Amino acid sequence: MDNTANTLENKFSHNINMNKKFIDPKAAMKRIQKRRLYNKLAETFFSVIIVFILFVLGLLLYETISTSIGWLDLDFLMGRLSIRPERAGIKSVIIGSAMLMVVVAPVTLVIGVATAIYLEEYSKKGFLHGMISVNISNLAGVPSVIFGLLGLTVFGRLFGLGSSILAGGFTLSLLVLPNVVVSSQEAIKAVPNFLREASYGLGATKWTTVRKVVLPSAIPGIMTGSILALSRAIGETAPLVVLGIPTLILKTPGSFMDDFTTLPIQIYYWTLDTVLTAEYANLAAATIVVLLTILFLLNSVAIVIRNKFQRRY
Amino acid sequence: MTELNIKKQKKILDIENIIPAFLFLIASVSVLTSIGIVITLVVDASHFFAEVPLSEVFSTELAPLKAKNPSFGFLPLIMGTIVTSIIAMLVAAPLGLCSAMFLSEFMSPQKRRVIKPIIEVLAGIPTIVYGFFAYNTVTPLLMKLVPSLEAKNALSPGIVMGIMIIPIVTSLSEDAMSAVPEAIRQGAYGLGSTKLEVATKVIVPAAISGIVAAFVLAISRAIGETMIVTIASGSAKNFTLDVTMPMQTMTAYIVEFTSGDAGSGTVGYYSLYAVGLILFIFTLLTNLFAKYITKKYRREY
Repeated sequence: MDNTANTLENKFSHNINMNKKFIDPKAAMKRIQKRRLYNKLAETFFSVIIVFILFVLGLLLYETISTSIGWLDLDFLMGRLSIRPERAGIKSVIIGSAMLMVVVAPVTLVIGVATAIYLEEYSKKGFLHGMISVNISNLAGVPSVIFGLLGLTVFGRLFGLGSSILAGGFTLSLLVLPNVVVSSQEAIKAVPNFLREASYGLGATKWTTVRKVVLPSAIPGIMTGSILALSRAIGETAPLVVLGIPTLILKTPGSFMDDFTTLPIQIYYWTLDTVLTAEYANLAAATIVVLLTILFLLNSVAIVIRNKFQRRY
Repeated sequence: MTELNIKKQKKILDIENIIPAFLFLIASVSVLTSIGIVITLVVDASHFFAEVPLSEVFSTELAPLKAKNPSFGFLPLIMGTIVTSIIAMLVAAPLGLCSAMFLSEFMSPQKRRVIKPIIEVLAGIPTIVYGFFAYNTVTPLLMKLVPSLEAKNALSPGIVMGIMIIPIVTSLSEDAMSAVPEAIRQGAYGLGSTKLEVATKVIVPAAISGIVAAFVLAISRAIGETMIVTIASGSAKNFTLDVTMPMQTMTAYIVEFTSGDAGSGTVGYYSLYAVGLILFIFTLLTNLFAKYITKKYRREY
């Protein structure tokens, strides 16, 4: 008995001795401190990166706004385009952008929502569903300048629309179509099935259910997605430039067949021509402030709609 | 049932039958768009490839507007696209990944809800605004650091493009990291890991397919980006690796050429579609690659 206890003790102390040999508490502590230090350093480094990204965003806004100061006034907003920077105004440009949206909004909304209804309510699975879905996700990845080439060939030349508002509007509609379809699909998916079943239970047909039950409860989500898509269309430049919009249009567009210019296009031409006239940079900056303000308002409306009208089930 | 009611019922059923076909017709617009893109590009590019031999296409001499013997070597454009995209990724990959790790692993959910949307604002700014920013602000700033920098160069639009695609990298990587189950994270903490170790040794490897897909999608955006490079990188068709020199990308070539006076039916006009076709194939391949990665390497928990 005594013997065994002794040997146990021996073994135990032996083990402790072993441990002493292999784990040095000081070294362990040092290592833990090092790891914690690295952790702390990384955290600081990461926050510096976040701050840097926010700083760049701030710099972009600050530089634009400070360059536009003194140029952005009511005369600029309400005046006509001019070669002379001090007399230039962007009324016709704002009207051009607005008329373009009058074309884009209904076209994308109708096609986008109809596509989403077809995909979500009528062809849940199968070859057609797969083909259209894959196609839409691929379409979302096509560079906007390629849509410009499509618009130039199909709407501009084949349909003979030239570089009119209609041609530009159709081109941009196709460009933002995937965004509208995807967000409408999400909105329709979020409508719970018991609503549909209740409607069927009352004897409603499928289309009546879609029209009177599914769409009304999906409309806030659809609107949010469409407004965001529209704000993308307002800022789009490349496809319209490819359509061949003339450099300087002094006329205000009167109909949808007229040539036109939009805010981004005017920014583009003014930025390019800063080499010739330095003040064009101020005009471009002022136009950017107008464009960003419009985008900010549109996005705010989208957020308000989402927060206020989105029903949760 | 009266005759009137039967008639009404029949009408309703007729509508029920017509609606799916009608909706399908509208839904096929997106398919037609894709077909239209491919046909336009292939048909008009084939006119180009019929007249210009492939050996010329893959040469470094690009002078489409020369009256005598215009030459159509696309290598300078491909080079310009690759160089600016690489610069963009050198900016966006580390910044985007680090901020994604920070958002997902270090930040409290309350702060994340504030910071993430602000970073995503960067994605909502129109590219033309970035173009102006690159040309008017970033290039003059860089000139102070690199005196040999020219007014139009590949460096500045590359960097700004990188900033533009940060939200893509951050958002998608952060989504992938958040999708890693909490049990794995807690397991690592239970073993005594620090946050940094959890992030780099556990979460990033577990979310790697999503992160790589985010990178590839960001590259695809950079390749297809147009206005920033058009404004800030100029239209000189240099075949060079010197980022202080002006370069032209494929997208910028399309914009320059369409805003110029390329008459319809000339080789120069068709060269637009040839460049467009190459660009389309580039971006399609990168997008398909991103999808392949997410499908193949996704871990299901």
